Amino acid sequence: MNTGTQALSNRATTAAVAGNFDRRNADWYVDKLIAGLVFVCGISAILFVLGIFFFVTREGIGFVFEKMDFREFFLTPYWSPSDAEDPEHGILALIAGTASVTGLAMLVAVPFSLGAAIYIAEFATGKTREALKVLVELLAAIPSVVWGFIGLVIMNPLLIKWFDVPVGLSVLNAGVILGLMAAPIMTSIAEDALKAVPDRYREAAEAMGATRWQVIYKVVLPAAKNGLLGGVLLGVGRGFGETMAVLMATGHAVNIPSSIFDSVRALTATIAAELGEAVVGGEHYQVLFTIGIFLFLITFIINLSADLIVRGIRKG
Amino acid sequence: MNSRSMWCKLAVLTLGVTAAAGASARTEIQNKGSDTLVNAAQSLAEQYGKINPNVAVAVSGGGSGTGIAAMINGTVDIANSSRKMSAKELQAAQAKGRQPVEHIIGYDALAIYAHKNFPKDSITVTDLAKIYGRDGGATKWADLGITIPGCKGEIVVVSRQNNSGTYAYFKEAVLGEKGKFRQGTLDLHGSKDVADLVEKTPCAIGYSGLAYVTDHMKALCVAPEAGKPCVKPTEQTAFDGTYPIARPLFMYTNGAPTGEVKKYMDWIKSDAGQCIIEKEGYAPIKKVKCK
Repeated sequence: MNTGTQALSNRATTAAVAGNFDRRNADWYVDKLIAGLVFVCGISAILFVLGIFFFVTREGIGFVFEKMDFREFFLTPYWSPSDAEDPEHGILALIAGTASVTGLAMLVAVPFSLGAAIYIAEFATGKTREALKVLVELLAAIPSVVWGFIGLVIMNPLLIKWFDVPVGLSVLNAGVILGLMAAPIMTSIAEDALKAVPDRYREAAEAMGATRWQVIYKVVLPAAKNGLLGGVLLGVGRGFGETMAVLMATGHAVNIPSSIFDSVRALTATIAAELGEAVVGGEHYQVLFTIGIFLFLITFIINLSADLIVRGIRKG
Repeated sequence: MNSRSMWCKLAVLTLGVTAAAGASARTEIQNKGSDTLVNAAQSLAEQYGKINPNVAVAVSGGGSGTGIAAMINGTVDIANSSRKMSAKELQAAQAKGRQPVEHIIGYDALAIYAHKNFPKDSITVTDLAKIYGRDGGATKWADLGITIPGCKGEIVVVSRQNNSGTYAYFKEAVLGEKGKFRQGTLDLHGSKDVADLVEKTPCAIGYSGLAYVTDHMKALCVAPEAGKPCVKPTEQTAFDGTYPIARPLFMYTNGAPTGEVKKYMDWIKSDAGQCIIEKEGYAPIKKVKCK
């Protein structure tokens, strides 16, 4: 990159010195064009995020200002928005569903991905390491509807058999599925964080007579803790936003769970399942968009804090 | 390949496609809505396509609410619904300049599904209200004095997603106008999902159209209340109104149908169309003799 620019500017200087031909040749236009394109691509991400936020807010804000009762919305578990006589818009049970599934998913994913990251970054060498990295990335590429299918067709009967419960579509099912889905991303980020710890830390610790476990536990992990925490938070963000798999594996029941064997319903799944039928601009439509705003804000906060924490390591 | 020959081919291709589209001049009728009706609507569309190859009827499901919403939004020609349009929906449609016209195309008995192990053959509407209603009082089968082999825990209450006409009709017929479903029902998408889950789950009870009953489950005989005789869900009892939870099935068109849509609607209500309705497991709107 640097040498390229240098070469270009060298040529420009030569051209200026020569002075006898127009600098605005084809290369100059290509250069401008590419620079312009790259600029547009660069700011388009910002434009898209703002555009989406604007759209979601515009569709949902009517409900927030006109009909929304904040107490009902956040503190009651009753959700029957399509009821003609007396619609109810309480999302407490949906929040509880999303939170319980995401929480369990993190319990599954954090030890799993941390262990995998430590093994890949600190122990595995050569071909094993490369093969593992590829496999982890492959795991991240499995479409979420396929995970949902696994939950519905494989996990459901297994859970019924093992735990003697009436239905296997539950917090446990969705939590395990979501945990497996979030683990690859968390593994990748955690591995990067571990790799970012300078080797001189490890060498110094080994010179002091630390065992390999002591090096990892006392030196590498504390040094990488911001990156690890950032990875976990991104996993949480993923859990909150995941739709298809939780739609299929939770049982889709509006319910505040009292055990991990209860069926629940997630915020995202509710939008996915009900938006298609809602009359555009109607109350049901608007309340679904209000849930969208709420989800957007939550994932925004989670991802932002994850980003700030990860940045923290680079500065400190 | 040089670019010139490529452009030539592209031009020929475009011309060809345009010509083909012009020659057949197929009319497409968009038909969407009720999951209960989706199989019947599909067979109707297929049969009609054989008789009248110039008309293609595109059928999709999604629930009665989906069909009605599409009618209000103006994206379908015919909306299928297993419930009546509500006053609110009619208002919304009129606000957008649409005049939905209702057509009854058949009747459906809403069967109560239970697992094969279910010890009884009948259930009362009162008991159903206890199971499905908010604070209805029955959360375990023992609360109703029923023991099911292979089921220890709570009743697995299977319901439908809240845009389903089946959901809306069941609520009205069993829980009453002001009734509410209890928390924690499994809201499945589609009648077939209900049937699948109930077949596999000893503790489960579910409801859906008669057409989706299979040999691997029980379709219970339903009595309005304790002490009254129960009625089996059949096409006959749905048609004569003796079955307590039977309902008409609707198609809605925007204004009185005209042109190809009118021909299609007339055909559905004719003997040929009604025989297909009967074959799909619903009661026809009139007595028909079918082969």
